[in-house]
Amino acid sequence: MAKAKKESGAAVADPACAPEWTELLRQMIFIRRFEEATENAFRRGKIGGYLHVYIGQEAVASGIVSALQPGDAVFCGYRDHAQALALGSDPGRVMAELYGKRTGISKGKGGSMHLFDVEHGLYGGYGIVGGHLTLAAGAAYSFRYRETDNIAVCYFGDGAMNIGSFHEAMNMAGLWGHQGMCPIIFVIENNGYAMGTSIERHSALTDLAARVRAYDIPGEKVDGQDLFAVRGVADRVVRQVRETGKPYCIEAVTYRFSGHGAADILQPYRSKEEVEKHRHRDPIGILRARLGEVCGLTHADVKAMEEWAAEEVAKAVKFAEESDPPAASELFDDVIAEHGPRPVAESDYESEHE
Amino acid sequence: MSEKSYRDAIRDAMIEEMERDPNVLIMGEDIGVYEGTFRITAGMLKKYGPKRVIDTPIAEAGMIGTAVGMAMTGLRPIVEMMTMNFSIVAADQIINHAGKVRYFSGGQVDVPIVIRGPHGAGVQLSAQHSQSFESFYGHFPGLHVVAPGTPADAKGLLKTAIRGRDPVIFLESAALYGMKGEVPDDPDFTVPFGRSRVAREGSDVTIVSYGRMLQLSLTVADKLSKDGGAECEVIDLRTLRPLDLEPVFASVAKTHRAIVVQEQWKPYGAAAELSASITEAMFDELDAPVARVTGEDVPMPYARNLELLATPHEEHIERAVRKVMYANA
Repeated sequence: MAKAKKESGAAVADPACAPEWTELLRQMIFIRRFEEATENAFRRGKIGGYLHVYIGQEAVASGIVSALQPGDAVFCGYRDHAQALALGSDPGRVMAELYGKRTGISKGKGGSMHLFDVEHGLYGGYGIVGGHLTLAAGAAYSFRYRETDNIAVCYFGDGAMNIGSFHEAMNMAGLWGHQGMCPIIFVIENNGYAMGTSIERHSALTDLAARVRAYDIPGEKVDGQDLFAVRGVADRVVRQVRETGKPYCIEAVTYRFSGHGAADILQPYRSKEEVEKHRHRDPIGILRARLGEVCGLTHADVKAMEEWAAEEVAKAVKFAEESDPPAASELFDDVIAEHGPRPVAESDYESEHE
Repeated sequence: MSEKSYRDAIRDAMIEEMERDPNVLIMGEDIGVYEGTFRITAGMLKKYGPKRVIDTPIAEAGMIGTAVGMAMTGLRPIVEMMTMNFSIVAADQIINHAGKVRYFSGGQVDVPIVIRGPHGAGVQLSAQHSQSFESFYGHFPGLHVVAPGTPADAKGLLKTAIRGRDPVIFLESAALYGMKGEVPDDPDFTVPFGRSRVAREGSDVTIVSYGRMLQLSLTVADKLSKDGGAECEVIDLRTLRPLDLEPVFASVAKTHRAIVVQEQWKPYGAAAELSASITEAMFDELDAPVARVTGEDVPMPYARNLELLATPHEEHIERAVRKVMYANA
């Protein structure tokens, strides 16, 4: 798929009608169809393990990732397919990873929760809630230490804000930010639920940005269903963080239309009415309507996008289906850089040979 | 060669590697302004500045997690644990992140992080500050576990750890910090991982050990040699992961008797792993079951007399040697 990347800081010229917006709509439609295909493949037993799809939250991935520049690093939780696709990872290789194939972007070693594509800036999906926040803060420090102008972006859900590593990461990022040594954007994907526990039931203070401000990290709330809003905030914040080396928090209020994971079928924690209500605020529908009203985007245009997306997804699925699983010999690859005891030299001390 | 303490050998290794590679940095609690609880980092803040010598909050998961992120993006952080006991606060960062990210990324990142600090029993530090973690960390694929027993190895192994591409748990024996020994001056002196050595030759019994217990084993071997009781061959493992058992097997083929000495608790400990490995590989060579010398199976008590009862001493090793020789105790 075409990449929807651009140089950070370049403001979108016409607030509504720049071709980039159309491109982002196309990307979001693609992500949606891709995720639907993964759910379908899961039901057919082609994808195993856990599968967490991004349906309903697409604007949060596309709106921020599209404001980044090459070399920036994105860290995610396990709901990570959309970020990989938005960053420009090959969809066939992403699908192949979910299928557990050797052609997968993590060589079939990670699966849905551990998508990884360093070349495109994806430093991982992680499976322990909140565990990756500290990693992202360290990457941000590293960028400044090595005097690059790159930044880190760390996605996590509202449910990740109650674990210790969240607080340790925030405090250290806040401290390092005082020295301009922590260019990171913390993106809270606030979909209202920590798995099945609603925010009122899991967070003593539901004003999430306020919890981040406690660590001297400024933040703001944005409508995560509105791509214009997300991207607008992202453009400004990305520029600011890149310039100052100080952390910032974006709380994107969003909603996942699908279950927590593919096995979350009953969803006893929320009503059908609640889900239906939120479906009226579909980020794709909102963007599409806006581009229709303001820029004259037609049904035919959208139909063409849908057709393209269906075709691309079919290609990705075909690639995954036809790829081989990892060879048995790959089982031990990449556990450590080098395996086992090194060959024994004549002397115990290497330098004595030199 | 110069005579150096174990503590200075560790300090020299860090300074030499910081001089060699600007991407090496050190972080930890009170390592900078306070100059370190064991003063290993004394003067380093002044020399290298706060960007390379980072005083962290008391937040082990925070400091190790951020160090993992640094390591994944080109730096080589050394994280000093005030004591290794505190590292288990960051078990998720060490085991689930540092140790696994190379694998689940399909080999896309290196994680050159060294987590080092004093380890094992001290003097009356009681239950939460006296533990040994070699079998705990040794259990998990993706980590290296190092336990030097001499000043030269402390320096050479630490330099290998810092120059490597993987996470290393570097277990220092606080009780050895003051121990002196000959240490090579060559700034490129390193000791490779996975290469056990024969620390003392002998023909009657093989004693397998590492870290502080190595020194105890050597003392016993000398005593028994003088007594005429036995000639013990002492093997120093140096690294528990990777584990180099060839010198152990070669020794057992010669002595036909082996004991394994560890400070930590017996159940599921390193000695159990070593004893099983020796038995599996050398069953036909053994003239006696492999004996284990370990600490007692209790949280470390505070009272000095009880503490002494809880940890292994020379007489425990001596008794084990006699046992595998079927000699009278």
